[in-house]
Amino acid sequence: MHLHKYEKIWLISGVVALALFLIILGFGAFYLGTHPQSHGITIDPANIEAHEAFQSENLGLTKVDEDKYIVNVVATAFNYDLGVDEDGNAVKNISIPKGSSVLFQVVTPDVVHGFNIAGTNVNMMVEPGYISSMEVEMKQTGEFTLLCNEYCGVGHHMMFATVEVY
Amino acid sequence: MEIPKIGVFEENARLPLTIGKKEANLYLSFIYVAFISLFIGGLMGLLQVLVRSGSFTLPWGIGYYQILTLHGVVLALVLTTFFIIGFQYALMGKTVGISDKQRKVSWLAFWVMTVGTAITAATILVGKASVLYTFYAPLKAHPLFYIGLALVIVGSWIAGFVNWRQLYLWKKAHPGEKSPLLAFMVNINMIMWFIASLGVAVSVLIQFIPWSLGYAETINVLVSRTLFWYFGHPLVYFWLLPAYMAWYAIIPKIIGGKVFSDSLARLSFVLFLFFSIPVGFHHQLTEPGIDPTWKFIQVVLTFMVVIPSLMTAFSMFATFEITGRKKGFGGLFGWLRHLPWKDVRFLAPFVGMLAFIPGGAGGIINASHQMNTLVHNTIWVTGHFHLTVGTTVILTFFGITYWLIPHLTGRTLTKEVNRLGIIQTFVWTIGMTIMSGAMHIQGLLGAPRRSSYSEYGGTEQAVQWGAYQMAQAIGGTILFLGIILMVYIFIKLAFFSPKGEEEFPIAEEEENAPPTPMWLENWKLWVAITIALILFAYTIPFIDIIQNSPPGSPPFDWPIGNS
Repeated sequence: MHLHKYEKIWLISGVVALALFLIILGFGAFYLGTHPQSHGITIDPANIEAHEAFQSENLGLTKVDEDKYIVNVVATAFNYDLGVDEDGNAVKNISIPKGSSVLFQVVTPDVVHGFNIAGTNVNMMVEPGYISSMEVEMKQTGEFTLLCNEYCGVGHHMMFATVEVY
Repeated sequence: MEIPKIGVFEENARLPLTIGKKEANLYLSFIYVAFISLFIGGLMGLLQVLVRSGSFTLPWGIGYYQILTLHGVVLALVLTTFFIIGFQYALMGKTVGISDKQRKVSWLAFWVMTVGTAITAATILVGKASVLYTFYAPLKAHPLFYIGLALVIVGSWIAGFVNWRQLYLWKKAHPGEKSPLLAFMVNINMIMWFIASLGVAVSVLIQFIPWSLGYAETINVLVSRTLFWYFGHPLVYFWLLPAYMAWYAIIPKIIGGKVFSDSLARLSFVLFLFFSIPVGFHHQLTEPGIDPTWKFIQVVLTFMVVIPSLMTAFSMFATFEITGRKKGFGGLFGWLRHLPWKDVRFLAPFVGMLAFIPGGAGGIINASHQMNTLVHNTIWVTGHFHLTVGTTVILTFFGITYWLIPHLTGRTLTKEVNRLGIIQTFVWTIGMTIMSGAMHIQGLLGAPRRSSYSEYGGTEQAVQWGAYQMAQAIGGTILFLGIILMVYIFIKLAFFSPKGEEEFPIAEEEENAPPTPMWLENWKLWVAITIALILFAYTIPFIDIIQNSPPGSPPFDWPIGNS
């Protein structure tokens, strides 16, 4: 098959650029550990409380060490359960100091949800039967919207909370 | 005296064949459904951008997610599939011919698809299937929603089987000849479609229908999603390849040129067949249950389509330049001026080609393993596919409509309609630039897709998003005006344009073109490689998904307003 000279140059430079691009992606994923979240840890969606992290007293923000936090969340249609405060009201806002490292662990007992803190790297699908988790360092201060970005039903857009980094 | 041999003429017939009235009605029927879908789906799109602007509420208790489901199903599944099958039938009829029997079987395909569409649309309209066109389990729609979708797919398979038979018979009658380029391309696309849609068909028939009817108590959510995306990505190439058929083999004729390279065009289609299917994980990158190494492997396979895409881009601009220089327009860019800018049959697809530059670049970002996390499920993605399918593919389909409809109805594309078409192309370009541009930016700012209007408790971010949603309402309204104009043009071309003969443009090869190597016709090898790549990409992770499955999910119908 005949290839025009310019086409050869065009294709070779394209393929080289592509190879370089994929090497960078692979370097990031396998060497720097920037894989998207995938842990494959399963849980019975009908009995999430069998897992300690998702018992009601352990939901929401917990400080585990200096600058280290865990946030456990139960996502249901159409609510993010972040635990309750001292007065027994549902927590809808969590505050985290800047520079701390936060492990988010999220499960759902019902349908698929999308756990996203808009404007940050925290973005993961939450599917019945699996624990979604991701550890991030909160580097920027500000008020971020925690929302659901996978359609979960008629109240999908009313599923939100806020995360403040101070 | 010799007895004239009956059938000699037909056997020796060379391209292009003539499309008879009975055939034309078949092809037109598919396209009628496509344009009805365009109007309904477009109207739903208009309602969505208006709701999201925050200053409009849907009347009569209609739900936002109900119209969103209708928009997705009617445009992404119905409009595309019907237009593509009608167009591909016309290409087959023109290049290899259709027998009476094949035509009758094709009507069966049409009716199975149309009945399926009507069933699915009805369940959505009565509010029993607001599950969006991806119908992610464990949200449960009315069983008829899934049954209707299954019929659409089965009907499209019948069309594919007919297309294969058409080419098979032609090849038997023309031993040792290469198949006509367009027939080759149609067959590749239908092979790809068949192999890919097996995934969603299995999921719908084995998982969704029994589960929604109550025969199965639970469904394996991740398996259903994996089967869906095994189909979902090749679906977008199923939309794109017919546009490529027009770019490679029809546009050159419209601009007065020749096919740049018959063999390269075929090779690029073969590469699309290989690398369209074993790549579905790049839609599932942020899911918790799939091994990240296999996600990465499928990301690498996804990017292989860069190669045929680069080949296509080169071919297009090479054709433009060669044609221009032959006509005597020199200079570095002088040949650009010769292009028939005032011919809408060229202009609309050309704008589509341009839209594919940002569209493709956005796609590279979406599929980039870790970079995907930044944009996954944000409205950036919606902006992306409104450029690719909503501009590149649809403007090319409009470009085809301007000559195909009058050709089939025995009418002509008048100067007046041509002018309207040019206006339509501009309206579309302006509307889409505003709407898709605003979606891209808003997505980078973190705003979610598939969401009704919400102030998210009044956060500053949500206030910022509001301005972009207003811009989308403006862009979307302009696009809807474009749809009304296009439907008007379609009706004009189908029923009111003056009688006459409109050309069915099919480009020829250069006279001194090097021969196309026969190995490109090695269908069995292409199918075998395709299957081998699919088995490589999916076997191990699929076994892993099944072996490490959590308990299944019961159906949930109350979240979509049913109970």
